[in-house]
Amino acid sequence: MKKKKITPYKVISLIILIIVAFTFVFPFYWIITGAFKSQTVAISLPPQWFPTEPTMANFERLFKNPAWKWMANTVLIALGSMLLVCGTASLCGYALAKKRFYGQSIVFGLIVCAMALPKQVVLVPLVRMMANLRLRWMYYAIAVVAVVVLGMLIWSAVKNWYNLKELASPAKWKGRTVLTALLAAAVLAAIVWYLASLPGLIANTPEKTPMTNTLWAVILPTVGWPFGVFLMKQFSETIPNEILEAARIDGAGELNTFLTVVCPIIKPGFGALAIFTFINTWNDYFLQLIMLQSRENLTISLGISTLQAEFATNYGLMMAGAALGAVPIVTIFLIFQKFFTQGITMGAVKG
Amino acid sequence: MAKAPVRLNGHALKRHETMVAYLFMLPALVFFAGFVILPMGMGIVTSLFNYTMKNPVSAETFIGLKNYFDLFQDEKFIRAMWNTVILVVVTVPAVTLFSLWVSSAIYQMKEGLRSFFRCVFYLPVVTGTVAVVVVWRWMFDVYSGILNYALSSLGIIDKSIMWLGDKRFAIWCIILIMFTTYVGQPIVLYVAALGNVDQSLVEAAQVDGATDLQVFWQIKWPQVMPTTLYIVVITTINTFQCFSLIQLLTEGGPEGTTNTVMYYLYQNAFSLYKYGYANAMGVILAIIIAILSAIQFKVMSKDVSY
Repeated sequence: MKKKKITPYKVISLIILIIVAFTFVFPFYWIITGAFKSQTVAISLPPQWFPTEPTMANFERLFKNPAWKWMANTVLIALGSMLLVCGTASLCGYALAKKRFYGQSIVFGLIVCAMALPKQVVLVPLVRMMANLRLRWMYYAIAVVAVVVLGMLIWSAVKNWYNLKELASPAKWKGRTVLTALLAAAVLAAIVWYLASLPGLIANTPEKTPMTNTLWAVILPTVGWPFGVFLMKQFSETIPNEILEAARIDGAGELNTFLTVVCPIIKPGFGALAIFTFINTWNDYFLQLIMLQSRENLTISLGISTLQAEFATNYGLMMAGAALGAVPIVTIFLIFQKFFTQGITMGAVKG
Repeated sequence: MAKAPVRLNGHALKRHETMVAYLFMLPALVFFAGFVILPMGMGIVTSLFNYTMKNPVSAETFIGLKNYFDLFQDEKFIRAMWNTVILVVVTVPAVTLFSLWVSSAIYQMKEGLRSFFRCVFYLPVVTGTVAVVVVWRWMFDVYSGILNYALSSLGIIDKSIMWLGDKRFAIWCIILIMFTTYVGQPIVLYVAALGNVDQSLVEAAQVDGATDLQVFWQIKWPQVMPTTLYIVVITTINTFQCFSLIQLLTEGGPEGTTNTVMYYLYQNAFSLYKYGYANAMGVILAIIIAILSAIQFKVMSKDVSY
């Protein structure tokens, strides 16, 4: 490879680049340093470029508001969305990429169309919908899903113990088959019973509690958004068909193939989608704003904006809040930025 | 123990695959249908009703397309639409050109330096809108803001400016902040796209004596065209949806000069509780964006081989 020439144009562009980069970093620097400035220092002129007398007063005041609670809510929302998105999107993306089925183009077309539309236009009806949904129903739904998943696990265990044909023809049922089936049913019933009676779950949730103002109201619409499906489809396209074919010939079931063959191959996809969803959910302001109201249910972003409405010019306090929201997520981004970059590029063109 | 091989003809095989595929897609499709498609349909339907907090959707409140006709006579809406168009017209070219410039300056750097710059320009995105807005509000402050201080000590202005309260400047402040939060993703995309440009073509052109500028416009630019189109469309969509900056910085003021469609929609839905009217706005916004996206797909499918 030949040596690169250094031209005046390159030098000038590098200088401009550094100046511009500085203006991009400066607000972040100003948040961090501002968080340690007292109110008198924050509004003094000339500005203090670095806090010479750092104070923790802003953070103390912040934690008198339920800032820990806000952080916890934000983490719960981001983690919950991340897990649900990764689970549902990987299954769906794999099916879209590797299965040939009736209605494929319709499903995929709907997903692409929905992605091109602005997310915000569905939000007003969504809030009305959430206000009409009951929190209890959510817990029933969770119970049903848990039972289905556990049922599938038990089913596959049973299937591996006995030959399937034996189960299919009742004439051949033996005592142990019936016994296992009864046992499985009993275990499932116990789980449902347990889930329904957990304090704070179904039993203690009043009949009429609406879904708005709960963390579910933010998580569920995030999971519905089909970007993840699209991204996982892109990653699943890279799976060689021969491997899937080999798994099929070896007699692996569909779910088994997915878990043991597909998942390891699309691991980078999981990484990209997880980090992408986490950061986006953490920073998504509009959805949180319209769904969450009561002070202890806010997220950190909402918390800061509420504080801003109350103490508009207490800049030190504002910066402490901003730092609390921004520093964890920036750290996470820096650690996982490789996945993140990949996610952005894979989710883009190539359609 | 291996299962007995089952011979299936084409249709039976596809039927089997269809069943399996829908089982795989079931969880995602439930969420997608319940929280995207259903509200979308509800939004379109309720936009035909005089649907407010007091008036539920019923036969009596059906008003046909009246919400839409009202919108086009609503001066505030037209103002908001106009402001949104200004935002788009300024931001989209600025973001595209700037990110292309930055990417072409950094994509040949060493890996470490390249990802350093990429992170720097992505930082405002990751920091989160609220944190970014709060700090900019401080920097724009009339009395304690660093911007007024810097400009007056450099002798550029002699009197402190109310950046966010002045009709002339407010929208430009919004554009500036929007710009810093929008360039991150395009830069990542452009760096990747420029890295994929066919190097043999570039070298061939250089052997033939092409200047750097010629190489750029004749060879690299056409090859990153799909990326450019994608960036233009996502930036346009994002700008049309600009909401949090407005809500947190100016609330549409001063005198409606920074009101955008999205913020006006929010006000109608959640302050005035005019759900039907707000949904009509949402539908119009969706139609505009759908048209823009359709144009992108049209152009892309014409001359793109990625």
